[in-house]
Amino acid sequence: MDRVPILSLGDVLLVSMQVDLQDESVVALQEDLAERIVDSGASGVVIDISAVEIVDSFIGRMFATIASLSKVLDAETVVVGMRPAVAITLVELGLSLQGVRTALDLERGLAALRQRRAERGIPLSDESDEADEAVEAPAAAGD
Amino acid sequence: MADETQRVYALVRSSEQELLDRWVDVAAASLQGRLMRSELERACGDLLAALTPALDAAGLNIRADAYASARALLAEMSRDRARRGFSPSETATDVFALKEALFAIADARGEAVETVVAVSRWVDALGLYTFEVVAKAREQVITEQAEQLLELTTPVVKLWEGVVAVPLIGTLDSARTQVVMEKLLQTLIDTGSEHAIIDITGVPAVDTEVAQHLLKTVVAARLMGAECTISGIRPQIAQTIVALGIEFGDIPTKATLAAALLHALRNSGVEVVRRRRTGAG
Repeated sequence: MDRVPILSLGDVLLVSMQVDLQDESVVALQEDLAERIVDSGASGVVIDISAVEIVDSFIGRMFATIASLSKVLDAETVVVGMRPAVAITLVELGLSLQGVRTALDLERGLAALRQRRAERGIPLSDESDEADEAVEAPAAAGD
Repeated sequence: MADETQRVYALVRSSEQELLDRWVDVAAASLQGRLMRSELERACGDLLAALTPALDAAGLNIRADAYASARALLAEMSRDRARRGFSPSETATDVFALKEALFAIADARGEAVETVVAVSRWVDALGLYTFEVVAKAREQVITEQAEQLLELTTPVVKLWEGVVAVPLIGTLDSARTQVVMEKLLQTLIDTGSEHAIIDITGVPAVDTEVAQHLLKTVVAARLMGAECTISGIRPQIAQTIVALGIEFGDIPTKATLAAALLHALRNSGVEVVRRRRTGAG
């Protein structure tokens, strides 16, 4: 069984799925990810599925499960790079992934996480301090 | 049966020139001068020249390999006539004219009824073949046009950097929704757009099924990380939607494409302001 690698990028965990998924590797990923979030105290999870061409209902539900799981551990999940065929399949399966944030590509996904953090007033650790203060300032003034 | 075939063949061979003349006469009479006699003579002559050896080789079965060149000639003739505005029955009448010519010769030679029946069956098969070709050619045209229509009516246009729109024209069914969905999603990837607008100004009616198709497209776009707006909802359509109890949920809907574009621009951080005229102040 292939284990899906989890990379650390600042305080964001990057899960890059490079192969079509087996059910066991998906279950293993959920366990691994939960452990890694607790260990690293990550504030965001980005799941890149731009290489995934085939999904079924089990894997579709996995995205929702991971999102809820991360939420419990106070980390935001963004699914990025979904292919049109995959999106159509999920819709036809009736899985609209309520509560899962999505973005077109990794860059936009990270940007969305950063914006979300900024809205909540928590800077990303990999950002330079100046940039964070600039974003944070209006929110602080608003309070 | 072999005996009959032999007799039909003998009948055709016995007086080829007379047969051809009679055939052209009858065919020309039915066409009432819409086709040049010389042209008709050439067409019938070619066909007869192809039919005679085929009849000798394969008998009365026009599906046989020996009839390939005769069938090709018939098909060519049918297509040509169809293009020139002749109806399929007019083309078939031309072929059936051969029957009349053969009957006349058979009558003169005092042939048995069996031979006449065999001739009749043979020519009927040829005539029906022309019908088949015409029908097939028309079906092909219809299929091609349907495909072209599918392609034509689903353009995805870029309105702004990061904003694409699909102006839908005509009734939405499952097949079209599929094409629209695929095209839209692929364009989102290709252009890296985060906003999509589905404009339904050209959709004549919205029922629960069409709404279902629209919702699917919007959800699929969302799954890929793009925001989707539905625009161009005409007053009657709005009434229908409410009357049917269709829920669009948290999907933004706008009355016009302009409003949807403005919404998309604001969401992507672009502010639209009217420039003050220098002279007005």
